[in-house]
Amino acid sequence: MNYPPAIIAEAMVNGLLTGSVYALVALGLTLVYGVLHIINFAHGALLTCAMFAVWALVTFTGISPYAAILPLALAFFAGGYVLQRYLIGPASHGDDSNILLVTLGLSIAIENALLAAFHADTRNLEGDFGFQVIELGPMLISRPKLIGFAAAVAVAGLLWLLLARTDTGRAIRAVAKEKLGARLMGIEVGHIYGVTFGIGCACLAVAACLLMPSFYVNPRVGNAFVLVAFTIVVLGGMGSVAGALLGGLFIGMVESLGGLLLGDSLGQLGIFVIFILVLLFRPTGLFGARA
Amino acid sequence: MLDVSGLRAGYGGVEVLRGLDLSVAEGEILAVLGANGVGKTTLNKVLSGVLPASSGEIRFCGETITRASAAHIVAAGLIQVPEGRKIFPDLSVRENLILGSYRRGKPDRARNLEHVLDVFPRLRERLAQMGGTLSGGEQQMLAIGRGMMAEPKLLILDEPSLGLSPLLVEEMYALIRRLNTEGLSIMLVEQNVVQSLEIAARAMILENGACALSGPASDLAANPELKRAYLGM
Repeated sequence: MNYPPAIIAEAMVNGLLTGSVYALVALGLTLVYGVLHIINFAHGALLTCAMFAVWALVTFTGISPYAAILPLALAFFAGGYVLQRYLIGPASHGDDSNILLVTLGLSIAIENALLAAFHADTRNLEGDFGFQVIELGPMLISRPKLIGFAAAVAVAGLLWLLLARTDTGRAIRAVAKEKLGARLMGIEVGHIYGVTFGIGCACLAVAACLLMPSFYVNPRVGNAFVLVAFTIVVLGGMGSVAGALLGGLFIGMVESLGGLLLGDSLGQLGIFVIFILVLLFRPTGLFGARA
Repeated sequence: MLDVSGLRAGYGGVEVLRGLDLSVAEGEILAVLGANGVGKTTLNKVLSGVLPASSGEIRFCGETITRASAAHIVAAGLIQVPEGRKIFPDLSVRENLILGSYRRGKPDRARNLEHVLDVFPRLRERLAQMGGTLSGGEQQMLAIGRGMMAEPKLLILDEPSLGLSPLLVEEMYALIRRLNTEGLSIMLVEQNVVQSLEIAARAMILENGACALSGPASDLAANPELKRAYLGM
């Protein structure tokens, strides 16, 4: 199988663009893991929720999916905060393994609620998003994916600024490693957990807005993304924000090249081969902290 | 400024503090002394609001804080530098100090940071370094500096000399004395009886979760019973 370089390059660029949205999903997952030390099993269901929200908002109000980014991100931040602070947190009674079960239960509840409300049909946005392409030299680049890439990079940059430059961001990083020390400085751990979970949900909302123009939604769609996101988180190092970003771009490229070389149905094979290799040879991930 | 009466607290069914009374006056150093396991750290946790009291009362600057949240107690100016330092290992020294003023002292953050760095020149050399990479003595300085960033009215120091070399212990006590002469009220919780009695105005000996002996530090230092029990003389 010999492909002209232009085709390979196009596949790589498209992979990078898809990967940026994967990275956004992984960012939320890794942030919650890094601070709360739990795998949020509801991440996929919440992404599905966000994608339905985008679909409903665009279909019923006619606004652009990109105009939905800010309001949905804010709404999901608030929803995530409330969910963690007043449901997941209290229900777990301070025990991490309980949080795991609570988020798992939550995902089942959300998925079935969506199934009841929207049935199992697959829906996508009306419009010609899929056909909008931009010519870049010899390459054809999907316009929604290019916008997605730019927005994902901007969100990652904002998140970095928040974590590095604000008191709340510093408190998030402080709580991740030293809860008692943080409490003695007057940092409310419950509040910081809520904010962190809220940021994770806001990342999902943005990802949903960027995905919907070129993807479809049904009540189980989020799980496929979270499986990939989980691979990214393991590859980049559990809890590492930079790892999630680079891992996302890399996995996107692997998937795209895999699809080109092995055919669409086997395209994701490469991702899981990498997943197994990372677990075997570098279980802390590329940017993982020392255990 | 701090008045504790009849304080009881513990973990699950085990009572550690059994009706403790103590008070710290403005501008003094009170040394709270005792062996391992008598309830010193438990006392600090209750005072800082991270462990609930089962009964008794804590008053700080005229306000009852017995059931207050840890954040509220910090905001009121009662700051604890905990045993084992509890600094943030993967935040830089600067960020550790900045977070000291998360709840209190934020308006004067820049000025206080300069002051702390003047007191601890070693920290100034290491501002960009991660907290977790500092030596034990530097971490203790960082923990105290972080506490100072909150403009404490009363600073509780839990075993500041633990794990430090004898030379550093000397330095640490000199520093505590200096902070006190600059006007800071300090409650020094220590196992190191001799040196603590040297710098404290008053002291109390904790045994079995209650006060066994208390009074001016000089009286306690001369107390034959104390000499026998703690100084081996």
